[in-house]
Amino acid sequence: MTTVETAIGTTKTMVLNMGPQHPSTHGVLRVLLELDGENVVTADPDIGYLHTGIEKSCEHKTYSQAITLTDRMDYLNPLGNNLVYCLAVEKLLGLEVPKRAQYIRVMMVELQRISSHLVWLGTHALDMGAMSVMLYCFREREEILKIFERFAGQRMMTSYIRIGGLSLEPPAGWREHVKRFVDMMPACVDEYEELLTNNRIWHGRLKGVGYLPPETLVAMSTTGPGLRAAGIALDNRKCFPYSSYEEFDFNVPTRTESDSFARYLVRVQEIRESVKIVRQAMEKITDQGPFKAEAPGIIPPEREKMKTEMEALIYHFKIFTEGFSPPPGEVYQAVESPRGELGCFIASDGSPKPLRVHFRSPSFVNLQALPLMVKGRLIADTVAAIGTIDIVLGDVDR
Amino acid sequence: MSELANSNAQVVADCLRAWNPSAVDQVIEYRGQTTIVIPHKLLRAAARQLKEDPQLSFNLLIDATCVDRFPAEPRFEMNYQLLSVSRLARISLRTTVSGQQPIVDSLDPVWPGANWMEREIFDLFGIRFEGSSDLRRILLPEGFEGAPLRRDYPTEGPR
Repeated sequence: MTTVETAIGTTKTMVLNMGPQHPSTHGVLRVLLELDGENVVTADPDIGYLHTGIEKSCEHKTYSQAITLTDRMDYLNPLGNNLVYCLAVEKLLGLEVPKRAQYIRVMMVELQRISSHLVWLGTHALDMGAMSVMLYCFREREEILKIFERFAGQRMMTSYIRIGGLSLEPPAGWREHVKRFVDMMPACVDEYEELLTNNRIWHGRLKGVGYLPPETLVAMSTTGPGLRAAGIALDNRKCFPYSSYEEFDFNVPTRTESDSFARYLVRVQEIRESVKIVRQAMEKITDQGPFKAEAPGIIPPEREKMKTEMEALIYHFKIFTEGFSPPPGEVYQAVESPRGELGCFIASDGSPKPLRVHFRSPSFVNLQALPLMVKGRLIADTVAAIGTIDIVLGDVDR
Repeated sequence: MSELANSNAQVVADCLRAWNPSAVDQVIEYRGQTTIVIPHKLLRAAARQLKEDPQLSFNLLIDATCVDRFPAEPRFEMNYQLLSVSRLARISLRTTVSGQQPIVDSLDPVWPGANWMEREIFDLFGIRFEGSSDLRRILLPEGFEGAPLRRDYPTEGPR
């Protein structure tokens, strides 16, 4: 509580609690707002309500078992989490993944990116009062979840990306299904833009809100669309390519205004670019070919081989009871999640269970900038700022 | 890709050594990535040098994390991932902290984005950061006692 000088004398500020149960905080986020009337003097996010100790649990599981834990961190980007973890373990092992598996991974991760941005757009618009947009976005997201169910048997926590490749062969008839989706999607994005981009209320709620200069964003370690909307074209897919992204032709949208409206434009354009990448991936994926690497002792053998060949049976047994042991060492692998740089740091001590797994989660780091974004602004702008940072509490807390 | 990593690492190690010959304890190359081990007394000064030297300009702190090597001494290993936005280069820093006196310089004055990362390490490992603008628990509740991510803390919690 501090005293504030006003034109008619001094007044005291009020500390109000926003959350953790709140429709507009996108999860269990508590923000302590010190308010002078409707203006925010300071904002202090209080997180940890969704902390489940994933990093500690990973130390007690073998490298393969920990994949299912990674699904549940950023729950709007499970395939991305799988990917960063598997890439880090593959780096630790020095394991090469076949190109076909890499292309399928790219396609799945980009579909996941589209689905994550659809949820972001739907919930952000809902916070601002545009309720129809949410229903339209979730309608398209249903299609993506159906595609995931077809590939992996699961809509969300797919664990489809495994160490050395994928868990399953792509299903029969997948091409028609994905083609239907990519053919339909650009018109749907046009529909969202028609509702929002030139909408006076949308402009009023978002333009100038949550502005931070690029130097501040870099100082606060912000990455992802927030940084790209400030003019800095940092995207791990282009700048530090992984998993065959260098073979794909796509643009990295940037803006310069660095406010909520700019971030909206960047993310909507990213949906369009992701559709382009999915189309290119579909062409690159051959009908025949491996979906995982050959690495006996690390990657489980085919189920049928395990039933007839002795070596396969022994490998299967050793992998599922003991697990494999990467050489001791530390690696850091970064990918571009829909929220920014998602990184995985693994320290191995030569045993079948990791010594330490740390996930550099973009939501956690990006949320640091919130107090700076809302200082001196209205409470309603706080809601817009939380939405524009695009946080997922599972990613923030792990 | 590894060629680039090596040449970038060479530039960083050379610049650091030119600034202070005792700044670089060790340069580790592993799987195409370079980690520079720095004595923990020189950590903040070296970090500032890495940020401000125009040949290096590592202005974005990507990540700060800790590895607990219990029961080995020195017990804690701090690992920092840095990124230079203008040069599109990455480097890793490492420093070791003893288990008896787990205190290390805060990098908050150099990169304000380090604050929450250090709060998380303080919360889960119990390492104090000297010079931090705001050191308090972040993920666990205020009255919580203990440092759960330490190797000697049971996964199920104390009984």
